[in-house]
Amino acid sequence: MTAIYVLWLRQVKRYVRSRPRIIASLGQPLLFLLAFGFGFGPIFQRAGQGNYIQFLAPGVIAMTILFTAIFSGIELIWDRQFGFLKETLVAPVPRILIMIGRTLGGATVSLIQGFIVVLICLGAGFRTSNFAQLPLSFVFLALIAIMFTALGTAIASVLSDFQGFQLIMNFLVMPIFFLSGALFPLNGLPKALDILASIDPLTYGVDGLRSSLIGVAHFSVATDLAVLSVLTAACLGLGSYLFSKIQL
Amino acid sequence: MMIRVENLVKTYGDVKAVQGISFDVAEGEIFAFLGPNGAGKTTTIKMLTTLLKPTSGAVEIDGLNPARHQNDVRKKFGIVFQDPSLDDELTAWENMDLHGALYGVPRKLRAERSEQLLKLFELFDRRNDPVKQFSGGMRRRLEIARGLLHTPKILFLDEPTLGLDPQTRNQLWTHVKKLNEDERTTVFLTTHYMEEAERVAQRIAIIDHGRIVAQGTPQELKQQTGAETLEQAFLALTGSTIRDESAGSIDQMRNMAKMFRGNRR
Repeated sequence: MTAIYVLWLRQVKRYVRSRPRIIASLGQPLLFLLAFGFGFGPIFQRAGQGNYIQFLAPGVIAMTILFTAIFSGIELIWDRQFGFLKETLVAPVPRILIMIGRTLGGATVSLIQGFIVVLICLGAGFRTSNFAQLPLSFVFLALIAIMFTALGTAIASVLSDFQGFQLIMNFLVMPIFFLSGALFPLNGLPKALDILASIDPLTYGVDGLRSSLIGVAHFSVATDLAVLSVLTAACLGLGSYLFSKIQL
Repeated sequence: MMIRVENLVKTYGDVKAVQGISFDVAEGEIFAFLGPNGAGKTTTIKMLTTLLKPTSGAVEIDGLNPARHQNDVRKKFGIVFQDPSLDDELTAWENMDLHGALYGVPRKLRAERSEQLLKLFELFDRRNDPVKQFSGGMRRRLEIARGLLHTPKILFLDEPTLGLDPQTRNQLWTHVKKLNEDERTTVFLTTHYMEEAERVAQRIAIIDHGRIVAQGTPQELKQQTGAETLEQAFLALTGSTIRDESAGSIDQMRNMAKMFRGNRR
């Protein structure tokens, strides 16, 4: 337990101390929220879908957590290159605990980042309709954070440098975001897009968030929760396995 | 025997980094591993410390196989790495504390020993500064202080004195000898400085091109080669060509292999 705690604390300290990084990583969600939110707002309204900011905000919050979480996981490559990874790998602590500590740290960091974006969304006029379901929203946020930090850790465990990074951004992270329904409703999509969206893990996260925050859902909350929990467990399992196989 | 190594081999593709070395280190012994750059010293240490799986051969650390009983083996040793392994964003104190916590040193003892070691290596005044503000020599001192924080049965020191001034080197070896005498800590070290090896090590193995070319007490090695100093004996055994290039190509191969095989073997 001590090992999990100290590694968690390390991730959080590193985050809190890198203020430029915090500010820089708020640029993207801000842009999506303001440019898309207010840009597409009128069309969305005319199409009879209601307020676009209301619809978009959960998607942008989920996006923030997705990106921060994947990056936190992939930070492992830094630790490998700057050497700190060695220090943890020779410590007499089962690797699974090291992996869990790192993952919880990364997930906490992405949740903090997510909450900052929640505040920005409130500033842009987003309002939740259902306060009783806020704890449920938090569960969804936490699942997204843990799942993608673990996925980032799994990826970083098999990469020894940043050469493959662009590939992962463009062919994994971006598609996960764009196909998740964070930006558009999932009703009446072309068949191909519909299938892609339904195999995208983030789809269930965004849907669960929307359901608990604004009462709009494509699937049921039970489906969202079940799918996310299973995938989170799978990513944790995969991440722990690959992490335990790291050789230097 | 604290460390037993038999016919240990590590290959990266076609490159043979370690080609069948055998040696023993007894409990309470200070054993030095000397060799030119790229001779296979660090690769050997990585295999002894659970970071790398051998291609073939047997390793025992206090009776346990590092490839199989990773965690039990990790409890037995401490290590100062050749290359950096600190967290730059944390302070010196936080690096020490994190290490102590990972090694299960109780909080109070952790603080006491951290203070004592940081004072010994003259870093205590800078304890609350982030490591990224430290010079190379200060980082090195911090790595050493950290490596000594818990008291393991075996201490691995991979070129610990690289880039240190004579004062700090002296401080380090005095401390290591004291640990060896007081706690019977077994020490396995590599170094480029022959006079250091001669001063602290009871036995020495000389490794070149992945093979052990000679083994014995400093006295025996000098007699064997008819040399007056250990440095002359070393040069007689390993020749005087400079090895940086071969080290480079092994590193390159290692990196290539890592890239393609995703670093899992």
